[in-house]
Amino acid sequence: MINTLFANKVRVMNIGLPGFARDLQEAGVEVVHVDWTPPAGGDEAVFNLLEEIEPLQGEIDKANAKALENLLKADPVLIGLGFAGQVIPGLPPRTLLHAGPPLSWEKMCGPVRGATIGAIMYEGWADTPTEAEMLAASGEIGFAPCHHFGAVGPMAGVISPSMPVYIVENRAFGNLAYSSLNEGLGKVLRFGAYGPEVLQRLRWLRDQFYPVVKDAIEKAGGIELKNITSQALQMGDECHNRNKAATALFFRELAPFLVATNYPIDQIQRVLEFIRGNEHYYLNISMAACKASLDPAIDIPYSTMVTTMARNGTEFGIQVSGLGNQWFTAPAMPVKGLYFPGFSEADANPDLGDSSITETCSIGGFAMASAPAIVKFVGGSPGDAQNYTRSMYEITLGESLSYSIPNLDFRGTPTGIDMIKVLETDVLPVINTGIAHREPGVGQIGAGLVNPPRECFVKALQIFANRYQKGV
Amino acid sequence: MTVLSVKQVTIKPNLYFDSATLMALAQKAKGLEGVIEAVAVMATGANKEILANVGLLDDSASEGTARDLILAVRAENSQALSQAMVLLEDSLNRKPEQKNSGDVRQPRSLHEALKENPELNLAVISVPGQFATYEAKKALKAGLHVMLFSDNVPLAKEIELKKLASKKGLLMMGPDCGTAIISGTPLAFANVVRRGNIGVVAAAGTGLQEITALVDRWGGGISQAIGTGGRDVMGAVGGLQFLQGMKALLADPDTQVIVLTGKPPASEVEMRILELVAKAGKPVVVNLLGGNRQAVIQAGGIYAASLEEAARLALEASGISVEHHWFESALVSEAAVGFAPEQRWLRGLYTGGTLCYEAQLVLSGELGEIYSNTPLRKELTLRDSKLSFGHTVVDLGDDEFTRGRPHPMIEPSTRGERIAAEAEDPQVAVLLMDFVLGYGAHREPVDAVAEQLTQTMARALERGGKLVVVASVTGTEADPQGFVRQTQKLRKLGVYVLPSNYQAAAFAAAVIKGLGRAES
Repeated sequence: MINTLFANKVRVMNIGLPGFARDLQEAGVEVVHVDWTPPAGGDEAVFNLLEEIEPLQGEIDKANAKALENLLKADPVLIGLGFAGQVIPGLPPRTLLHAGPPLSWEKMCGPVRGATIGAIMYEGWADTPTEAEMLAASGEIGFAPCHHFGAVGPMAGVISPSMPVYIVENRAFGNLAYSSLNEGLGKVLRFGAYGPEVLQRLRWLRDQFYPVVKDAIEKAGGIELKNITSQALQMGDECHNRNKAATALFFRELAPFLVATNYPIDQIQRVLEFIRGNEHYYLNISMAACKASLDPAIDIPYSTMVTTMARNGTEFGIQVSGLGNQWFTAPAMPVKGLYFPGFSEADANPDLGDSSITETCSIGGFAMASAPAIVKFVGGSPGDAQNYTRSMYEITLGESLSYSIPNLDFRGTPTGIDMIKVLETDVLPVINTGIAHREPGVGQIGAGLVNPPRECFVKALQIFANRYQKGV
Repeated sequence: MTVLSVKQVTIKPNLYFDSATLMALAQKAKGLEGVIEAVAVMATGANKEILANVGLLDDSASEGTARDLILAVRAENSQALSQAMVLLEDSLNRKPEQKNSGDVRQPRSLHEALKENPELNLAVISVPGQFATYEAKKALKAGLHVMLFSDNVPLAKEIELKKLASKKGLLMMGPDCGTAIISGTPLAFANVVRRGNIGVVAAAGTGLQEITALVDRWGGGISQAIGTGGRDVMGAVGGLQFLQGMKALLADPDTQVIVLTGKPPASEVEMRILELVAKAGKPVVVNLLGGNRQAVIQAGGIYAASLEEAARLALEASGISVEHHWFESALVSEAAVGFAPEQRWLRGLYTGGTLCYEAQLVLSGELGEIYSNTPLRKELTLRDSKLSFGHTVVDLGDDEFTRGRPHPMIEPSTRGERIAAEAEDPQVAVLLMDFVLGYGAHREPVDAVAEQLTQTMARALERGGKLVVVASVTGTEADPQGFVRQTQKLRKLGVYVLPSNYQAAAFAAAVIKGLGRAES
């Protein structure tokens, strides 16, 4: 009300010429200057779309509040292990799941090819790599994104029916999510290795590791994951690329129950040793927890919250709540980072894996301020890590109630990526990621930062504008 | 004879600076010896076209977007070229004060700013026109009052914004609103005036400034001065903000007298304004320049024919009597003596649009045809705005003069150039000018043109005649420039300073008439 303004002091927000803010300061007026730059990075077409959907902002805000609320409420608990073919609902026979958006055999990058070959042999559908390749190309094997079946997998992310998977329940809504077991580092299936030692390890996981851990989790009555993740974030982890603390905490939770199972002590010992020796052990569990947290936010009409970010080594795909399970894809971007000795950019595979579900869920790169050690991979300083997290607040709907960052005065992590804000501010979500060698079976050759392609968000905006303006 | 030149065009991706900073920078570079042209602009479609037209757009620059910066220089030789480019680059690298890395990050958007500072209640928006509606709408939806300084906003968008503002009971001042004083706070180009019981609604920026400054100088004070932007009183906009502002002042216990000012509204809007005047429980002074006296009086309003009169009548209505000083005829006689026989013309060089308009009203009544770039009648449009003809009064703040150059109130060099140009015409007898003080305006407006004034006056003397320079100062003692200080500087230069724009124009007309030249 204008007369209310007259009765009060004027407190100015200055958007535009800085001179006005300086004059107001000189005049002793309370003024905040906004460091404004043209929206949408100066892209007229995108700006026009943003203007077009502006009248819907009321509906959008309401829907986003709901989506954010659902996400913040999440209570992921690891409740058990099961075989993919038995516990993942609706999984068709002779189907392999993979990371990222839909992919055909022809389009697969090196690591995913290798993982496919390895999985086919592990299942016994073929005996040699050559046979496995022929089978894969024949059309007899189905390929589907993990995401289509409530699952997630790091790097190649290939899940086959006889593989053990984690089962995570989001106790706030009752929905389930799944992910593969982490095999360790180096020559492993997720980097596309398919040699005898890979298959041997997979069989060991199935036959020896799985029953002990399944039993232990059940004896524990489930393991609360939000707790572990939030503590780990205060111990230098971001739970995507740095999982040391979370793995140690998980180990601590599970160890007594492992011992309490009735399996032979040397079997239990090898299980303990396996977890102890893999500092990224918690990653897959972290991913499943994030997947379980985000699923209840899918399909809220008018919501522009991003519910998935995933890569298959060729394309990057996102999904947006108000647009359901539709993928918006574009060629994956190169990762900016440092390479282990002997490797370079020329060896790198494009961005790969479902692990960006962590950033989608406000951890990983979004919590970089908690994990200053990460920035050495991008030649930066701890101050840079803080700034990366800070810039994510510009593109998110709110802040986490459970994951907080000591370096930022315990501020909650930036939560709920808003597709509109991404395009308006021209700030892309930042992802911490490992870099795989483009040849199957070599393994990780570096780590760094990457963004989803802007095009994914532009496509999503176009579809959103079409759908919600014409009331389709 | 062709002038050889060298040029360089550089594009700096994803580096944004506001237009004011860039223009000041380009100006500096252009001032270097041997530099023919220097441009620093964001790579918007419009700017790229301008660059292309002067041969300063290359392939990489043409790919740029509104977030990318283009630096372009044309110089007489490569030494001058590199000097200019170095100056431009260096200035850009020096981080603007707001971006000190040690400090807390400034908010990057309205929503961020509001989240961190929920008590903010008014947004001053001066972003480029094509983004202005977007930002203003966000502000209104967030419950902020808005002052929209930006121009180049389509009329349809203005109407949309004002309808939204009406619904929410918010101020939506503008677009193209450069002046307002809300609750004692000077906004954008505004003067520092005493707080008091006179409220103003203005569809005219320098009109608001002149009235509020005179009220202050003559002993009164301002409760609120609301700007509406020039198009508000058009039929299409329907006076939405003008009427809303009037109602707010009528309901304001601290406002005892209301002044309305602006150019004549559309007839249906005028009707609605006068309807409100008729029901007003407070004195309303109506100064719709060139408007209908009878209708105002019939509605029970107080008719004011000039900005000066509006201020005076408002003060009287509030119980403050003003000693009215008019210039002595002896002063006119003294001024009218000593011209060369060929001298006959008046040239008005204005920075304030409303002041320019008011001057034309006065002068046309006294001297007949007044040519202008913003004339009273179409037939009086200057063929070339840069070339005066007969009696000419130009608004140097009009769009055609400010494309790619700062407004003359901010950067007086445009006017300095025009003063020098008028010096070339031996038939010029009188120069008439406004000096607008206050925030936003140049801090030394007289000093900035002193040299050109002195030279122009000297040139006239050399020719055996003289140049009479007449001015008024729109401002107060509390303004950063200081009313008395600026007036004294002018007088020291030999300029005749009159107490108001109206009187300055009247005086200038009297001097011309005193020359006794027949109509040419």
